[in-house]
Amino acid sequence: MRRVFPPACSILPTLRRFLAGLSFDNYAALGSDRLYLAAYLKSLEVAAFSTLMLLALGYPFAYAMARAPRRLQAMLVMLVVLPFWTSFLIRVYAWINILQRDGLFNQMLLALGIVEEPVGWLSTNTAVYIGIVYSYFPFMVLPLYAALEKIEVSLHEAAADLGAPPWKAFWRITVPLSRPGIVAGSLLCFIPIVGEFVIPDLLGGSATLMIGQTLWTEFFANRDWPIASAVAVVLLCLLIVPILIYQHRQAREIEQGG
Amino acid sequence: MRKGLSSFNLVSAALGLAFLYLPIAILVIYSFNASRLVTVWGGWSLAWYRELLADGAMLESAWVSVRVALVSATAATILGTLAAVALARGGRFRGRLLFTGLLYAPLVMPEVITGLALLLLFVAIGLDRGFWTITIAHTSVTLCFVAVVVESRLLTFDRSLEEAAMDLGAPPLRSFLLVILPLIWPAIAAGFLLAFTLSLDDLVIASFTTGPGATTLPIRIYSEVRLGVKPEINAICTLMIVLVALGVIAAAVLNRGRASRRAEAVDLTAKL
Repeated sequence: MRRVFPPACSILPTLRRFLAGLSFDNYAALGSDRLYLAAYLKSLEVAAFSTLMLLALGYPFAYAMARAPRRLQAMLVMLVVLPFWTSFLIRVYAWINILQRDGLFNQMLLALGIVEEPVGWLSTNTAVYIGIVYSYFPFMVLPLYAALEKIEVSLHEAAADLGAPPWKAFWRITVPLSRPGIVAGSLLCFIPIVGEFVIPDLLGGSATLMIGQTLWTEFFANRDWPIASAVAVVLLCLLIVPILIYQHRQAREIEQGG
Repeated sequence: MRKGLSSFNLVSAALGLAFLYLPIAILVIYSFNASRLVTVWGGWSLAWYRELLADGAMLESAWVSVRVALVSATAATILGTLAAVALARGGRFRGRLLFTGLLYAPLVMPEVITGLALLLLFVAIGLDRGFWTITIAHTSVTLCFVAVVVESRLLTFDRSLEEAAMDLGAPPLRSFLLVILPLIWPAIAAGFLLAFTLSLDDLVIASFTTGPGATTLPIRIYSEVRLGVKPEINAICTLMIVLVALGVIAAAVLNRGRASRRAEAVDLTAKL
């Protein structure tokens, strides 16, 4: 293939014109409107809290998986992987079914006499947290399980022989050795949750305005592509450190034989 | 890890599985509900599936989704496998760390960023948005998943088989086709199925890169869901769940039985 390069003298003015057309106005707009700042902070807050909740719920489950007999383990992994590949949209929709005003959740609460009349669960923070924890549960459990499953039996036996009570053995041996799983699972959840769109959009209300929704609105409703791009670039800058840590760990892991 | 479940383990396993599967089970059961009210049980019925079959727009979207998934998964499988071979067999080439990093980035990147970035690329190079832009976008995202699956397979199998083929005078391409490919094909097939299901499920990236006349199934479902719960949506979701479940189970079955492959590999080297 033959390529014709324009002479350098015609590139420079073009480049200069291109650079003159650039400005930081969109970033200034991001900084001047409190709405964006609030959405970024809300996203980080939701991601941090839901990652902690996922860790608290996922750890006992992953621990139980790792202690199950071999045959059962393969089955359990399969059962966790299955929802992992099912559409986010469908899983969020399943919760709309349950949480709506005359849905099963309210019916159950009414039947048990916990509430007097139906509660509006949709469009609340609670619904967003339920949706996120539900959708990301497999992302937390699988790395935790992978780390827990590798821990040698003899370590616990040694701890018991030396007189450590089970809780101490758990806290001093199991938890530190499962740290790679804790870090991988937390990053695998935290990073995408910050930019999450589908869950807060369908389950949340105006109180849970996350940055993913802001970007979506700027792009699809306001048709303001430059602002949407600026929102995305700032989001990427926020996430670049966790993303690099995640990449580095994954690359090392696979080099060591998957 | 010590084997044997305490009662605490049993309870957490049971609760975890219930948490994962109850919402999906409820969705599936209500897709067979005779009542139009989503919350009142009116007996078993296939009415919503019949309604679904009569919904031309929904079927059209499903067809678009399947075509996008087939084409993008095929392209992603080829490109992803090539990338995995380069990483696993290329040795310590220059820029290797950067290449690995670039391959892993889309795995955790928020979809809104990927979607917007791809769209701006398509606009910049002047591609008309529609079927092909969604397909290219899905290819670029899912090829990373294929590469990861294939690379971990390439790193675990016995390298001496490949060296034996070379020693016996097979040129690199021939040893790749006759020795490596048959050994890694379960991982390639698993990668294809994963790429296919990911493409079928995607809403965000497809919404950014779509154009007139290319409404995928998730985009259609999303616009219906925003208006509220409809039994017909439960029916189409149930069908998608079944399809994905079959794909994942097939992928798991294909990726099993590594031990028996060893014997097969010895067989193959004899053919050269």
